[in-house]
Amino acid sequence: MPAHDTIHWEEIRRRLAERRGPEYWRSLDELADTPEFRELLQREFPDGATEWADPVGRREFLKLMGASLALAGLTSCTSQPSDKIVPYSRAPEEVIPGKPMFFATTLTLGGCATGLLVESHEGRPTKIEGNPLHPGSLGSTDALAQASILTLYDPDRSKAVVRTGTPSTWNAFAAELGKQIESGRRPQGGGIRILTETVVSPTLGAQLKAVLAKFPAAKWHQFEPVTRDSARAGARLAFGEAVNTFYRVDKADVILSLGSDFLPTGPGAVRYARDFASRRHAQVLQDGMNRLYVIEATPSLTGAAADHRLVVRESELDLFARALATRLGIEAGAGSWQPSPRQTKWIQALAADLTVHRGSSLVVAGDEQNPTLHLLAHAMNRALGNVGQTVIYTDPIEAAPVDQAESLRQLVADMQGGAVETLLILGGNPVYTAPADVPFAEALNKVAFRAHLSLYEDETSTLCHWHLPEAHYLESWSDGRAYDGTVSIQQPLIAPLYDGRTAHEIVSVLLAEPKWSYDVVQDHWRRERRPDDFDAFWRKALHDGVIADSALPAKVPPLKATLPIAYPAAAAGELELVFRADPAAWDGRFANNGWLQELPKPLSKLTWDNAALISPAAAERLGVKNEDVLELTYMSRSVKAPVWILPGQADGTVTLHLGYGRARAGRVGTGIGVNAYALRTAAAPWGGSGLTLKKTGERYRLATTQGHHTMEGRNLVRMASLNEFKQHPDFVRNPSDHEVGHEPSFYPKFKYEGYAWGMAIDLNACTGCNACVVACQSENNSPVVGKDQVMMGREMHWIRVDRYYKGGLEDPETVHQPILCMQCENAPCEPVCPVGATVHSGEGLNDMVYNRCVGTRYCSNNCPYKVRHFNFLQYQDDQTPSLKLLRNPNVTVRSRGVMEKCTYCVQRINEARILAKTQDREITDGEVITACQAVCPSQAIVFGNINDPKSGVSQRKAHPLNYGLLTELNTKPRTTYLARLRNPNPALEQD
Amino acid sequence: MAQIFHRSTNVLAKVSIFGAVFILAGLGWAVGAFVRSPYVSGVGVAVQQPVPFSHKHHVADAGIDCRYCHTSVEQSAFAGIPPTKTCMNCHAQLWTEAPMLEPVRESYRTGKPIEWVRVHKVADFVYFNHSIHVKKGIGCVTCHGRVDQMPLTWRVNTLYMEWCLECHRNPERFVRPREQVFSMTWEPPKDQLALGKKLVADYKIQKLENCSVCHR
Repeated sequence: MPAHDTIHWEEIRRRLAERRGPEYWRSLDELADTPEFRELLQREFPDGATEWADPVGRREFLKLMGASLALAGLTSCTSQPSDKIVPYSRAPEEVIPGKPMFFATTLTLGGCATGLLVESHEGRPTKIEGNPLHPGSLGSTDALAQASILTLYDPDRSKAVVRTGTPSTWNAFAAELGKQIESGRRPQGGGIRILTETVVSPTLGAQLKAVLAKFPAAKWHQFEPVTRDSARAGARLAFGEAVNTFYRVDKADVILSLGSDFLPTGPGAVRYARDFASRRHAQVLQDGMNRLYVIEATPSLTGAAADHRLVVRESELDLFARALATRLGIEAGAGSWQPSPRQTKWIQALAADLTVHRGSSLVVAGDEQNPTLHLLAHAMNRALGNVGQTVIYTDPIEAAPVDQAESLRQLVADMQGGAVETLLILGGNPVYTAPADVPFAEALNKVAFRAHLSLYEDETSTLCHWHLPEAHYLESWSDGRAYDGTVSIQQPLIAPLYDGRTAHEIVSVLLAEPKWSYDVVQDHWRRERRPDDFDAFWRKALHDGVIADSALPAKVPPLKATLPIAYPAAAAGELELVFRADPAAWDGRFANNGWLQELPKPLSKLTWDNAALISPAAAERLGVKNEDVLELTYMSRSVKAPVWILPGQADGTVTLHLGYGRARAGRVGTGIGVNAYALRTAAAPWGGSGLTLKKTGERYRLATTQGHHTMEGRNLVRMASLNEFKQHPDFVRNPSDHEVGHEPSFYPKFKYEGYAWGMAIDLNACTGCNACVVACQSENNSPVVGKDQVMMGREMHWIRVDRYYKGGLEDPETVHQPILCMQCENAPCEPVCPVGATVHSGEGLNDMVYNRCVGTRYCSNNCPYKVRHFNFLQYQDDQTPSLKLLRNPNVTVRSRGVMEKCTYCVQRINEARILAKTQDREITDGEVITACQAVCPSQAIVFGNINDPKSGVSQRKAHPLNYGLLTELNTKPRTTYLARLRNPNPALEQD
Repeated sequence: MAQIFHRSTNVLAKVSIFGAVFILAGLGWAVGAFVRSPYVSGVGVAVQQPVPFSHKHHVADAGIDCRYCHTSVEQSAFAGIPPTKTCMNCHAQLWTEAPMLEPVRESYRTGKPIEWVRVHKVADFVYFNHSIHVKKGIGCVTCHGRVDQMPLTWRVNTLYMEWCLECHRNPERFVRPREQVFSMTWEPPKDQLALGKKLVADYKIQKLENCSVCHR
C-alpha cells in the first residue's frame, strides 16, 4: 500500500466514534479513508499490479511476445514430443500406479510430537494430513506441519558431509569421531558434550542415556529457543518435580488464558482448537457454549477467539493473576498493586464466573510467561477443583526435562573453560538462536572437535568442523511423545534425498555400535514392550501411527509450593519488549520455506518480514507510521526494525517475532526481516521492561495483504451475542439479502439433479490459524510469488483469511473469515469470459479450464468476491528437479498468463465419484473432504452435497445463523457462512 | 483517359471476392485435415520400442489377458505398464537366450527399468481414468483398437477432445457389456443403439460433459 505522510489520528478516532451498529474495519488506512485506500478499493488489483513492472520494458515485451506468438502458432502444428514410460523392474507389493498411498508418521516440533498421515504418489510424499487416530491431531494439523513438506524438497538443503568447507564422507566422519573419542584426555568421556533440541523421542532419550552410562563424565545438553522452560520451572515451583500439564478444553465451560496462545501454538494446540470449537459450533450453541477470557499484551489468535479480552502489559499479568488468585482464596500475596477500575471489575467477574464453574473451569498460563504465573495457574486450578477434570497432570513428555537456558549456559561455561573436547550438535541452530548474553558462537571456537547435524548448512554449521546433513523427518525413523504422552512412530516416506542421517545414527556411532535408525527404533521398542508377538505390535504401531495405550497416566501431584511467593522485581522502564515465535518462520527453522514466508501472518497480515508491532497510541505518541524504521534498544543491545501498528496491542509494549534476520538460511530466507535474537537474553527470554525506541528516519517497505481485495463496507461479517441470538434468531438476515430463487435473472437456469456441492464455514469455530491456506497451497500446487509481487497484490492463495476489527483501536474485537471461491450459481465470472474458460458444471462448480484461458482477466474484474488469481508472471518453478517431486499429480501446474481459483478440490470430488461408481453406489456424506476442510483444526469448514438434506453441509446451511456474502447481487453463492456468536459474561457486557 | 484495367479483370475481381470465402474455407479445412493427419496425431504410426514387443504375439497367439500385464486398469487412472518381473515370469523359461530379449534380462539383472516409449498420450491438462471407463463398459478395443493384430503398437485414435466427446455425448454408440470389455473380438451387434441404450440405463452411465470431469 502506498505510504502517506502522516496519520490523522483524530480523524480516525472520530470516524470510529461515529460508527454505529455492527460495523467492521480492516486497517488504519481504511479508517483514515486516505486517497490511496480509495484508489485501492476502486481497482481490481492494487496500483501497478496489472502493469508490467520488470526491468524489461513494455515495448520490448510486446516485441518478444510478437515473435513468440508467431512461434506458438506454429508449435500447435507439430505432434507431441515422445514420452517415456518407466515402470518398475520389480514392483513393490501393494503399489498401484496412479493411486496414492497413505502412511502414518510423526512430526516433532517445539518439544511435542504430532501424528500425521502423509500422501505418497509412487514413493514421493506430496501432501500432509493429520492422523485421525493420533490424540494430538485427530486428522488435522497446523500450518507449520502442512508446510514442512516443502522443506523436504527445499533445493537449499545441505546435500553432503562437509569438513571445514570441503566435501567429505560419513565414513571419514565416523573414523575421525572414533579417533577423537579414543584420544580424549579426560577420563570417562569427560570431554564429550552433546547438544540436542528438546528430546521427546523415547528412543533417542534412551540412546543418550546409554551414552551417559558409557561415558559417565560426558554431558547431554538441550536447548531450543522456543521452549517451555517457564512451564517446566513453574511445575517445579508448584510440585517440586517435573510435571507435564495438559488440558481437556472440551470439558471446560469457562476458560481463562493468562497470556497463553494455546489455540494455534504450543503442544496440543491442534487438539485444543478442536476441543474448544466442539463447544462453539453453531449446532451446539444452545447447550453449553463455553466462554473464553483472554488477558494478554500482544494480540493473539486466542485473544481473537475470546469472548472477553483484556489488554494488560506482560509485567502486569503476574500482578493481575495474583489479585485474581487472592480473590479465589489463595494466599498469592497481592502486594501493593492497584488494579484499574476496569481490572477490578474483571477480577470480580472472573472470580465469580470461575467459582460458579468449579470443576469445569480452566486457567491456562502461557508458555512465554513467568514460572510464577504457571504456579498461580496451578494453584487456581487446584482451588477451583479443575485438576483431574479440565487439567491433567502426567509425568513429563520430555526424555529429560531440563531448564534449557541453564543447560546452554553450563555448556558455554564448560566450553569457555576448555573442558569440552568433542561437541556434537544434533539439530538446532544454536549459533543463531542462542541468547545474546550467552556467547555460544565465541565459546564454540574453543572446542577441538565440533560437528553439527542439520537440514541446512547454516550459521552453526559454518562454525563447526563437520557439517552433517540431517535426514528430514519424512526421510527417517524415530518416535515421539505427544502433548499427553502418546507415542507415535515416525516412519520415512522416502529414502533420504541427499544421504542425510538421523541423530539416532550419529549417537549409535558414538556408542560404537553403528546402526540404522530403523533398527535403533525397533530395538528400543522390542526391549521396551516385549510383547509376545512383536511383529504384530510393530505393524499395528506403524499402521495406526500411534502405540496403543502409550499415553502417560494421569496423576495428581501435591502442591508443594509455599505461598505467597516472592514478589517479582518492579518493572524498570516505561516500555516493554515482548518476543514471540513467528507464526510462519517459527524460531527461524522455517525461514527458507516460501509457503510460510508468503503466508499472511494471522493478525498483522504481514508477509516476508517481521516488524516491531506497536499500539496505535504508542505510534501516535512517537509520531511514527507503518514502515518507519525504529531503533530498539534493550539491555544495551540494539536492532533496527520497521514499525507495524497493530490494533489491540498493549500500549507501551512492542512485540518482535523471532525467526528472521537469518544470515545463512537459503535463497528464500537469508537476510530478510529483523533478528530478534540479537536482543534476547537468557534472563528474559520472552522480553521485559526497559526498552527504548529511537526514530531513525529510515523507511522499510513491508508487504502486507490486509488491504488487498477489500470488499468495501458491506456487511460481510455478522456477529452477535448468544443472548441477542436467542432473542432475535434471525438477526443474521440483512434487509439487503435476497431470497434465493425469487429474483428475475438473465442467467440461464441450471438444474442440479445429481450432486450439488456446497460449503459452509462456521465463523464460531474459525480461529484464523491459516492452516487451510497452506493446505490449499500444498494440495493445489499454488506457487510462491515473492515479496515484490505480494506488494503488488499478486499473491496466489486460493483461500485467504480476512481479518476484521470491530470497536476501538486499543482493544477491538477481531473476527476471521476464510474467503475462497463462492462457486456462485449465478456466477458473474462466467458470462464475461470470451473463450469459455470458466464455465458452469452440472454440479454447480464454476469450472476453470486453464488450457482455454487466454488471460483477459475479465472474470476477475467481474468477481465480487475477489477470489480469482492471475499468473502475471511464470511463478511456478518448473525447473528445480526436487520441486517436481512435490507436486500433486492430480492438479494442473498453471503457467504464466492463466487465471486460477479455488475448485472445491475438484480432483478429490472426481476421485470420490469414480471410486463410488466403481463400487456401484453414491458418494456418501463426508467422503469428499476438501484440503482446507481436512486440515482445519477446529472443523470450521464443512463440504458436501447440498441436494442431500441429511448431509452435514445441508444441516449447517439450514441453521438460522447461515448467511451468504453479497447475496444482494443474486449470485447465489454455494459457500456460505455461519455468523459468529459471542458468549459474554453479563457482568462484563458493558465493558 | 484509357482504362488502366481491361474489362476482363472484372472477372478476376469477382472470382477473387467470391473465391476468398472458398479459399479461406479451404485453408481452414486444410489446417483441420493437417492437425487430424497421422503426421500430427500419430494415428497408425507404429512406435519403435527398446524391445519390439508384439501385442499380436502375446494376445492373439499366446492368449494372455490384458490384465495380466496392465494390472491396475480396473482400480486406477493408470492401466499400468508391467514391471520387468512380469516379462520374466515367462521369459525365465521361454526364449531365455533370445538376443531380442537381452534388454529385458538386463533390466531384471540390474534392476534398471526398461524405458518404453509412450504410445497413447493425452495432453498434460487432461486427467483420464481407466478404471471408470472399464467399469462402465468401454472396451479396450474401443480406444486402443485391435492390439491383438499389432506387431508393434500404434495409436488408432487421435485422443483429441472431439474424439473423447463423441462418446461422452453419445455413450450408447460405444458401450458394450461389461463381460466383453477385455474381449478383442467382440463386435457390436447390428442394433448397437438398442443395446447401448439398455446398457447406459443399466450401468447408470452419465453423459459427463463438464470441463472439470477431465480438466482440473
